[in-house]
Amino acid sequence: MSRPEILLIIALAAIVTLAERASFFISRRGLNLPKPLERALTYVPAAVLAAIVTPSLFRPSGVAVGPIDARLIAGLVAGLVAWRTRSVLATFATGMLALWGIGWLVG
Amino acid sequence: MTRRRKALFDGVRDMLPMVLGAVPFGLITGVSAIGVGMVPGDAVLMSGLVYAGAAQLAAFSLMGPGASIWVIVLTIAMVNLRFVMYSASIAPWLRRYGIASRLLVAYLMVDQAYALGVLKFRREDADFPRREYMLGMGVTMWLAWMAATAAGAILGAQLPPEWQLDFAVPLSFLALLVPVVRTRPMLVAALTGGSLALALAPLPYNLGLVVASLSGIAAGAVAERLLASRPA
Repeated sequence: MSRPEILLIIALAAIVTLAERASFFISRRGLNLPKPLERALTYVPAAVLAAIVTPSLFRPSGVAVGPIDARLIAGLVAGLVAWRTRSVLATFATGMLALWGIGWLVG
Repeated sequence: MTRRRKALFDGVRDMLPMVLGAVPFGLITGVSAIGVGMVPGDAVLMSGLVYAGAAQLAAFSLMGPGASIWVIVLTIAMVNLRFVMYSASIAPWLRRYGIASRLLVAYLMVDQAYALGVLKFRREDADFPRREYMLGMGVTMWLAWMAATAAGAILGAQLPPEWQLDFAVPLSFLALLVPVVRTRPMLVAALTGGSLALALAPLPYNLGLVVASLSGIAAGAVAERLLASRPA
């Protein structure tokens, strides 16, 4: 993307995010979210994060072990580490090392 | 020391352990920004203005040829929807302050500040300087977040492309996603969102992501209903 496009994204994202953070700070009266909406909001992280991550793991990268792409293998290994350790750093390190390791073995 | 100053420094002190956890994430955010072709200055600007790691990484995963600015902004808005919940939950505690103070507290509110703030307010009395406590926490994390992004961006700019650092983005999302999926309805939401996003990936402007996310949210809510109404 071009730099003006990136700057526009930053500006719009900043406005939208502040609007969300400040949504219930604007009015002094206490407001409550409708119950169904509140329930739906609890599923936002799981649905959105999974929708972002899944296609990026299945995108062909050019390096593959048989029919399975290196990124999918590295992603599955990292997912296992995320589940066991709950550590961002450990997940990141394992995933990158797995990706490099597969590239080194196959390529 | 006045009570207000003490609350400010208590905020700084309580946030420091959280900063340790956020630094690696900020480094990855900086590295990833370079990976998708941003300049270090813009990466730090984004961290200061948007100040939301998951949303920033979501934007990076979509930036590329043919991406729509509107879908990227919409995705950021969806990733940050949890702030609406936090806002609804913490705003009643800060009603006595003016609009400028409330907006500043809102701007600096992140997951950790929200969680620590509500815990503290429940323990303290009605006169506790809540604004100062929130600002102490908020400014500490805000500065650390920009510094970590800057360090990651400078480091990322030195690293060769063969290192495939753009892979840091899906990895960091995995690290965020996995702890979220604690219940069966959450798993339904994640599986629906993930599989639909994959199936609809050929749609232009990343529209598949929007449809998949909304379907995943709906599936999670429906699954919760069905599991709750099922006889034990």
